[in-house]
Amino acid sequence: MSAASDVGYHAQRQARWHYGEIAFWLIVLACGFAFPSRYLIMTDILRLALFAMSLDLILGYAGIVSLGHAAFFGVGAYAAGLLALHGIVKEPVLALIVAGLAAMVLGFATSFLVIRGVDLTRLMVTLGIALLLEALAERFSNITGGTDGLQGIEMQPIFGEIPFDMFGKAGFFYSLAVLFLLFLLARRVVNSPFGLSLRAIKNNPLRAAAIGIPVNRRLVAIYTLAAFYAGIAGALFTQTTAIASLDVFAFERSADLMLVLVIGGTGYLYGGLVGAVIFRLLQELFSTITPQYWQFWIGLVLVVIVLVGRQRLHRWVLYVPNLIIRRIAGRKAIVAVPESDS
Amino acid sequence: MTIALETQNLEKQFGGLRVTRDLSLKVEQGARHALIGPNGAGKTTVINQLTGVLKPNSGRILLEGQDITDLPVHKRVLRGLSRTFQINQLYPDLTPLETIGLAVSERLGHGGDWWRRMGTRSDVNGETADLLSRFHLLDVMNEETVTLPYGKQRLLEIAVAIAAKPRVLLLDEPAAGVPESERHDILAVVGSLPRDVTVLLIEHDMDLVFSFADRISVLVSGALLTEGRPEEVARDPQVKAVYLGEEAVDV
Repeated sequence: MSAASDVGYHAQRQARWHYGEIAFWLIVLACGFAFPSRYLIMTDILRLALFAMSLDLILGYAGIVSLGHAAFFGVGAYAAGLLALHGIVKEPVLALIVAGLAAMVLGFATSFLVIRGVDLTRLMVTLGIALLLEALAERFSNITGGTDGLQGIEMQPIFGEIPFDMFGKAGFFYSLAVLFLLFLLARRVVNSPFGLSLRAIKNNPLRAAAIGIPVNRRLVAIYTLAAFYAGIAGALFTQTTAIASLDVFAFERSADLMLVLVIGGTGYLYGGLVGAVIFRLLQELFSTITPQYWQFWIGLVLVVIVLVGRQRLHRWVLYVPNLIIRRIAGRKAIVAVPESDS
Repeated sequence: MTIALETQNLEKQFGGLRVTRDLSLKVEQGARHALIGPNGAGKTTVINQLTGVLKPNSGRILLEGQDITDLPVHKRVLRGLSRTFQINQLYPDLTPLETIGLAVSERLGHGGDWWRRMGTRSDVNGETADLLSRFHLLDVMNEETVTLPYGKQRLLEIAVAIAAKPRVLLLDEPAAGVPESERHDILAVVGSLPRDVTVLLIEHDMDLVFSFADRISVLVSGALLTEGRPEEVARDPQVKAVYLGEEAVDV
């Protein structure tokens, strides 16, 4: 019987909270108080992080590549905008959930197209769906406002209590709360038997089916959930910026997301979060130095990442923090490790 | 005697090539049945049709009397038909603990649970621990599968198939590629399978076939050449000519 409890202990290894994770979230929260003049960019990073976490759920866990994840972001963004503009659902949190559900319905409907093919087909199908939606949004300009976008969105206070202020403080903490709650949910899901079965499917679909996993049904489920997350990210965009325009469907948005995950890594949930921070900071940094050529420098960073390898970079980055941890907490302290070693 | 697994006039063609020809095979309940044949006889193609990876052009497949010809792979597994692969089909990034734990979870119907943490069900944990120790995998249960020595991977391959608690088990060359030193573990594990599990063994290794099987079917060019008890098959001049060549076989 001790072997069984031993097995249970080790099986829950990944599900246990590490000190590094708690520190990570405390630092994020602290940023909200430390940089009161930077709420807008920090909120932007949170949205991107949530959006990237959504892609990580299908790419990092189930191995589904997508170049059209903006489709769900866009549907969520327009849904939230229309709900607020026409006063259908006034309370922002409720509207957020409704917008997420709208994206989820689209995700469920299109999942059957996406799970069929191999990687290349999936790239094309997802790209096509996003472009199609962009064209539809342009065509039905009486609903979407066409190229002008939705104008004059006024957000009601959160829970009828907390108004969105012009400095973006409420927007930041609102976005952070949403991100954290959805992170907790995602963390639950990926550490469950369902989450493990996704990793099994990604590793070897033939064997996954041969132990009785209904492969297609599981892929539909995670794709639908990821669409919900992306829809929420899009709705947050509209609610915190009070605009929704055609560029929510733009190809660049989907492509940037891939870059975020290339920087941050996939399959451990923090990749999207860390990647979003680094990506936006690099973007800011480069566009300050060379407004015209910042994309060149982003490209260069990507090339370096691919050449050097993310694991090695992580080890270098973590070298100093680990040195400090060891100094303070002694030789046997738990140190932060690169994703693949943890 | 009840029939656990049966094919009726099974036929499979790849283009103009008939790889399975009018194959009617009966595997009795609790049998240790071996399917042998020279290279290219179509043995693995038969297995792939039995498990649902390939669809036959015509003919039927019955599992315990029920037609499963049109069922997808995972539904056949849940009905009690499980297999190992000739070339390991494992999850490189997953540990043996995760691999077995997941297989057990799926069989017990908990595989779709998205809220409960892995490792919090005592029935799954107990069975996982039992399988890991039976297959000598407890000491490496937290290593990634890709880093395991080949013999251990081979054991894991069989353990995954057993985790599905099959009533009919298809073993596709279980000892293939395993170095001599690790062979003993595999043979011991295969030999100690419970008698209520029906086993269909596909094998090249004649020592293993004749020490293990109580019935042998010989497949040549996709068609059944002969079938019988090991000593009958070993004596059959047709079999000797086609398959065993000039080699004498000790029974």
